[in-house]
Amino acid sequence: MITMNVLRALGILMAGMSFANLATSAADDTKQPTLAGKLTITGSSTVAPLVAEIGKRFEQLHPGVRIDVQTGGSSRGIADARSGLADIGMASRDLKSDETDIKGHVIARDGIGMIVNAANPVQSLTDAHIIDIYLGKVTNWKDVGGSDMAISVVNKAEGRSTLELFAQHYKLKNSDIKASVIIGDNQQGIKTVSGNPGAIGYVSIGTAEFEAGQGTPIKLLPLGTVAATVENVQNASFPLSRSLTLVTKDEAKDLPKAFIDFARSKDVHDLVKEQFFVPLAE
Amino acid sequence: MAEMAITRKNNSARDLGLMLVVWSATAIIIAAFTWIIGDFIIHGFERLSWSFLTTSPSNAGRSGGIAPILVSTLLILLIAITVALPIGVATAAFLSEFTRVGGRVRQITTLSLDILAGVPSIVFGLFGNAFFCIWLGLGFSILSGGLTLACMVLPILIRTTQAGLSSVPDEWRRGASALGLSRGAALTHILLPAATPAIAAGLMLGIGRAAAETAALIFTSGYVDRMPSSLDDSGRALAVHIYDLTMNVAGGDANAYASALVLISLLILINSVAVTLTNRYGSQRITAS
Amino acid sequence: MISSKSSFSFLWRNDKILGRVLWASACLSTALLILIAMFLVKESWPVLTSIGITRFITDAGWYPLEKLFGLAPMLGATVIVSTLAVLIAAPLGIASAIFCSFIAPRRIAQAYRSLIALLAGIPSVAYGLWGLTVLVPLIGQFQPPGASLLAASLILSLMILPTIALTTDAAISTVPKSYLQGATALGLTREATIIKVILPAARASIGAGILLAAARALGETMAVLMVAGNVVQFPTSLFDPMRTLTANMALEMAYATGDHRASLFVSGLMLTAIVMALATLAWRLSGGRVHG
Repeated sequence: MITMNVLRALGILMAGMSFANLATSAADDTKQPTLAGKLTITGSSTVAPLVAEIGKRFEQLHPGVRIDVQTGGSSRGIADARSGLADIGMASRDLKSDETDIKGHVIARDGIGMIVNAANPVQSLTDAHIIDIYLGKVTNWKDVGGSDMAISVVNKAEGRSTLELFAQHYKLKNSDIKASVIIGDNQQGIKTVSGNPGAIGYVSIGTAEFEAGQGTPIKLLPLGTVAATVENVQNASFPLSRSLTLVTKDEAKDLPKAFIDFARSKDVHDLVKEQFFVPLAE
Repeated sequence: MAEMAITRKNNSARDLGLMLVVWSATAIIIAAFTWIIGDFIIHGFERLSWSFLTTSPSNAGRSGGIAPILVSTLLILLIAITVALPIGVATAAFLSEFTRVGGRVRQITTLSLDILAGVPSIVFGLFGNAFFCIWLGLGFSILSGGLTLACMVLPILIRTTQAGLSSVPDEWRRGASALGLSRGAALTHILLPAATPAIAAGLMLGIGRAAAETAALIFTSGYVDRMPSSLDDSGRALAVHIYDLTMNVAGGDANAYASALVLISLLILINSVAVTLTNRYGSQRITAS
Repeated sequence: MISSKSSFSFLWRNDKILGRVLWASACLSTALLILIAMFLVKESWPVLTSIGITRFITDAGWYPLEKLFGLAPMLGATVIVSTLAVLIAAPLGIASAIFCSFIAPRRIAQAYRSLIALLAGIPSVAYGLWGLTVLVPLIGQFQPPGASLLAASLILSLMILPTIALTTDAAISTVPKSYLQGATALGLTREATIIKVILPAARASIGAGILLAAARALGETMAVLMVAGNVVQFPTSLFDPMRTLTANMALEMAYATGDHRASLFVSGLMLTAIVMALATLAWRLSGGRVHG
């Protein structure tokens, strides 16, 4: 009896949806699509929201095109592009020098900045301080010019390109880092630091700037003498930054090429900024 | 549900002790959950509106509504329950009524179901991705997601149905047999109706677990937040949407809380439908004594 | 006495056909586990043959990119956090079922039941979000960093509580009324009736519910990932951060390739092994009669 009702409900829903389908296909007929087909894009969770938004705008311009964005991680994006499972892969890093079998297309840049809780009086940390904190040699803020408070070191989980970039920059080995909290995605880092007065972490600069502006109790520390701002990432003076990259197996052509060209064009700079990344230089 | 009344209330110290434990446990539970749900209402209620339910998300979900996500979620749940309920009830009926207590068939099947219930949801996700999406060629789709969830809730449904059937007294079976009923008739007229509260509880737990699932769906039904036009389309589930907004989208918290409120309300709705069905169905059952 | 309106009995020509249909369903359900187990073994096979199972226990740490594959601390943490969660949730859940069945007036009991059922459906990510923004900072005020074994077991116990409460409630409601009448006739007090008659009669189903809840605690992923701190170590106090096997898979799976990916599947295999051990243990304890 329950099954019958479920089936009936399913039927009603399906009927409703085929009606919605009719409505959209009727709308399609009014325009003449030049490009058509379906594009599957998989990979980095950092890049996915941006590409999904670019995809929506592209679909509006070319009604015959459907762009499906799936998240996973940079490695999966690259693996899927390589195996042909996805037409385009997404990676939140530059391609490595040995990844010559695939083609990378940079669509935006992103900086990585150190954040601490807003209640923390420390205004800046030297590179040596940051290294000592992450190696567990310094465990109290009073040793680096702060108040008497235990340091909670926030680190990223193994395999994330943000961790790779951070560790490379400070010449750290991940197994030597003494972390108190290990996080996954970017926002978990911001939430962890905002909820813990003694925490220190590293996150994407654009999002941290936005969150701090919204009143989230975090602050960005300068790296050496360079302030951690989107502006400094854009003018390339900020040393800790990465490229958001679309990856294809071969030289892109047809639909993938059209999409990649669009994603690199000025037409999407507003979308890039909306997602708190840095557009390519004009 | 059977109502029970204990007429004799004795104010002994032990009875008082039990009452103290029960009341304080209930108070703790209500307090904890008021805290959690209150937190969601405070942060999410502002964003809730009719248009939140009927528009598509924009700007990575920070603004706009959740209409396509709601539709995808409902379709995934419907598929999961439509597939899992008949198989689950049939398996439970087989185990309880057609196998011997302590027999090898029952032992092995029950044991394997216990193990299945403990397989972490992320493993179901990876399995669903490999089996439904790639091997069966269903791709990232609502169908793949629904089937993966069906696998996940199956042990819950079997388990609770079986528990319900096994607590039906054997006299009823003997009675049915004495009346000349076949096993099938006894099952549909007597045993399953008697186990309805347990089946309904299992169904609610199953739907609850399915609707709340993130890890199993991100790899199977996917991330696309467009309105699905068929079951072959990829569709983002509410829980995946909430996860993405809280963990991955700066400034997504307000919509995340609002989406969580919608999910919770949806479950109240499903739940009350289930309770109504149970009461209607339950009232048709034999009244013992 | 039978008042059911619809009749399905014409469908069954005889019991044999019904038995076959039900048997086929049972086979399907059992095949599912075999399918999943095969899949896990297939995916973890490369590291199991090249590295060997012992290194997953004996390696000094978990740094798969530096070829260190020690899963033992996560194994320990998984078992500890799940045990704690069950220890907190089981008494609360059983007490709340007693409240529903025997103490609360009918309407309140029904409202309370709906509340519990709805709690079963709060998504784990919502529990995680609450834990991350409310509970973790709260614990952190006393003992930083706050993300800890304690936070994880509290969140987990809240999550599995509805499972225990609902299954116990259902178990109590299927205890024949004659038991209750018997107890009343014998002049037993309310406390004695509940503790000595009703709960023992519903023992098998309550146990099944607790096992189900324990399994859910072992398999829970997202909420734990958000509040446990995820540092790979044996927790030595309630305030130590720790990482479970599931959180390990969720954190790293999307970012892993090659041996790293395969070793994450070993996490899944290990977890399945624990559940297998638990289920077998429960079966042994009940003397081969798992569920009545």
